[in-house]
Amino acid sequence: MQISGAQMVIEALIAEGVDTVFGYPGGAIMNVYDEIYKQDNFQHILTRHEQAAVHAAEGYSKVSGKVGVALITSGPGFTNAVTGLADAYMDSIPLVVISGQVPMSLIGTDAFQEIDAVGISRSCTKHNYLVTQASDLPRILKEAFYIAASGRPGPVHVDIPKDVTAEIAEFDYSAEIDLETYKPHTKGNPRQIKKAMEAIAKAKRPVFYLGGGIINANAADEVRELVHKTGIPAVETFMARGVLSHDDDLLIGMLGMHGSYASNMAMSETDLVIGLGARFDDRVTGKLSEFAKNAGVIHVDIDPASISKLVNADYPIVGDVKNVAKEMLELSSQINSAKYKSWRETVANFAELHPLTYHEDTDRIKPQWVVERVGQLLGAGANISTDVGQHQMWTAQFYPFSRPRQFISSGGLGTMGFGFPAAMGVKAAAPDKVSINFTGDGSILMNCQELMTAVEKKLPVINIILNNNYLGMVRQWQTLFYDKRHSETDLSVQPDFVKLAEAFGGIGYRVTTKEEFDAALKDAVEKNIVAFIDVVVERLENVMPMVPAGGSLFNMMLLEKKETK
Amino acid sequence: MIEASERRVISVIVVNESSVLSRITDLFSARGYNITSLTVAPIPESKYSRLTIVTSGSVRVIEQITKQLHKLIPVLRVYEHADLVEKEMAMIKFPVSENITDINTLCEAYNGKIVNVGENVIIAMVADEPKRVENFLSIIKRYNPKEIVRSGAVALER
Ligand SMILES: Cc1ncc(C[n+]2csc(CCOP(=O)(O)OP(=O)(O)O)c2C)c(N)n1
Repeated sequence: MQISGAQMVIEALIAEGVDTVFGYPGGAIMNVYDEIYKQDNFQHILTRHEQAAVHAAEGYSKVSGKVGVALITSGPGFTNAVTGLADAYMDSIPLVVISGQVPMSLIGTDAFQEIDAVGISRSCTKHNYLVTQASDLPRILKEAFYIAASGRPGPVHVDIPKDVTAEIAEFDYSAEIDLETYKPHTKGNPRQIKKAMEAIAKAKRPVFYLGGGIINANAADEVRELVHKTGIPAVETFMARGVLSHDDDLLIGMLGMHGSYASNMAMSETDLVIGLGARFDDRVTGKLSEFAKNAGVIHVDIDPASISKLVNADYPIVGDVKNVAKEMLELSSQINSAKYKSWRETVANFAELHPLTYHEDTDRIKPQWVVERVGQLLGAGANISTDVGQHQMWTAQFYPFSRPRQFISSGGLGTMGFGFPAAMGVKAAAPDKVSINFTGDGSILMNCQELMTAVEKKLPVINIILNNNYLGMVRQWQTLFYDKRHSETDLSVQPDFVKLAEAFGGIGYRVTTKEEFDAALKDAVEKNIVAFIDVVVERLENVMPMVPAGGSLFNMMLLEKKETK
Repeated sequence: MIEASERRVISVIVVNESSVLSRITDLFSARGYNITSLTVAPIPESKYSRLTIVTSGSVRVIEQITKQLHKLIPVLRVYEHADLVEKEMAMIKFPVSENITDINTLCEAYNGKIVNVGENVIIAMVADEPKRVENFLSIIKRYNPKEIVRSGAVALER
């Protein structure tokens, strides 16, 4: 059929099964918005900032496992969206972000709202396109969805000049994708897998090192089975929270900079690291030369470039972790789980020696308590997003995650302002679950305009502000490494968060006691509208334990023992 | 730990499409890899182009370069050459007052010749292995070259 470029965008989205698009209109994308007005196949959620549109699409994608879609205009619309693209790129989140561009005839003339969008997005997308004629659109859009979701997932950006959205051409979406230069390798090499299993069978103190790639690959079931069959204890990265349930006996905990003592010690003492969908991030490994120093390394990853990038892999396996885990399961009978009994005990001893905990020694509420409390009250019934800072780490440490895709956070880029819009996307994808965003008094101001979106579109996100009157995480580093020179991190001057929420038509609570917190959370869940729960917490609390940047995992700063009288 | 850095030649076959070259060079700059020279031209009777990149780095860096290049969507193949024939061309402008016979003889030794003689300048060209081109350029210094242009290397696996 002969239709306009703008209509093609709509038709492609429908063909891809998209049910929700996040976006913000403007001159260059107006033809597409005109077609959005005319259709009712999918909903459009108007955020109040383009960055938020992309973060919302990320949250949507992370919870649903589908490709998230955002629609934005040229120039400032696009530059606002760049942070979202970069965030999705770092965390391998499949997105298709479509932007308007000035007409072809004006490209290169410094036209009104012109920016070299594909030039800018090149370094923070998996791939991008500038569409120069409408007849290319069906192929490009189809490729964009395919590339975003396949292999190591990531954001794909499609920039469409305004005249291309007006141009009429043939639309046929049925052609098969045939990209001779892009063929992700999804099946692991059987010989390598066999060798890896033999290495596991020989190892005395192996550890599973589970990464976010497991969640991307929907491989949590297979991995869980593999862990249980082999009886080998496992650590999770920040991005892998929820692969194993918090109460799983074989879960040692999170590793890395703010990981548990037991996890980091297990990694230091192990003789075989079994890395699945994890990329040996510097926040995980600490000092590289000391990381798992005496261990062999099995590394399963869909991205060949991730393997041996930082830590040399003795058993590199390129493939989809779901496929590889299945094959490993088939060979798992050669592994005798009883063999690792004493190793499991050693690990348990580490945990007993320095459990993940905090002291309740002040009048003010401890932030960790808030996280734990929400866990007790809502548990698996909530999806949990966060912003970036101490609250983010406490959430990763203390929330009882019980399933993959329950925890949504900006890992690779560490983007303040991510949490609230992402939580809206989460709510749009999973309306039956409570959508909580743990945030800080600093982070929440970076996208608080989204109160308006949440009110209008009835996306009742509950934002729990762990309010310490500080840019807490930076303050913590200043305390520990800059001799307490708290340069520009004091946030004593604050808005009235209750009134702020109310001004947009949401609901606000100011909480200073535990009883008030319980009541506020209960009320917010019942009222089911967007809420700010502003919790006054202990100001000077630090996230502990901690591996100082560049330090060795086995050299953690630990929570000081509570003085006993 | 300082890893030994080595000169390496990498060939990349890419789909001929707009901005593919900037994808490649952006990758190098974004990841802090270094490009010594880069040549590119279409492969006859195909929709591909071939890039020859001379770079340097440790084994680990070179491995990352090839893997990251391969990740780019329009990249069809990446060869890191072990056994190759490599050539580079250079053109040199000399004042016409220099000894033209000497220059010509020297050029011939480096697979080249004088290609143009004008009122004020002589232009010579050589095409040889990059190392030999390097040699040549240092030898001809005494003939007061006014301008030198090098093409960058092209390479084929033996
Ligand atoms: C956009 C952005 N700017 C700056 C930073 C650096 N940064 C990391 S954590 C942090 C403090 C966050 O403060 P707050 O949101 O109040 O959370 P808290 O650490 O107090 O829990 C800052 C400024 C960042 N991660 N993102």
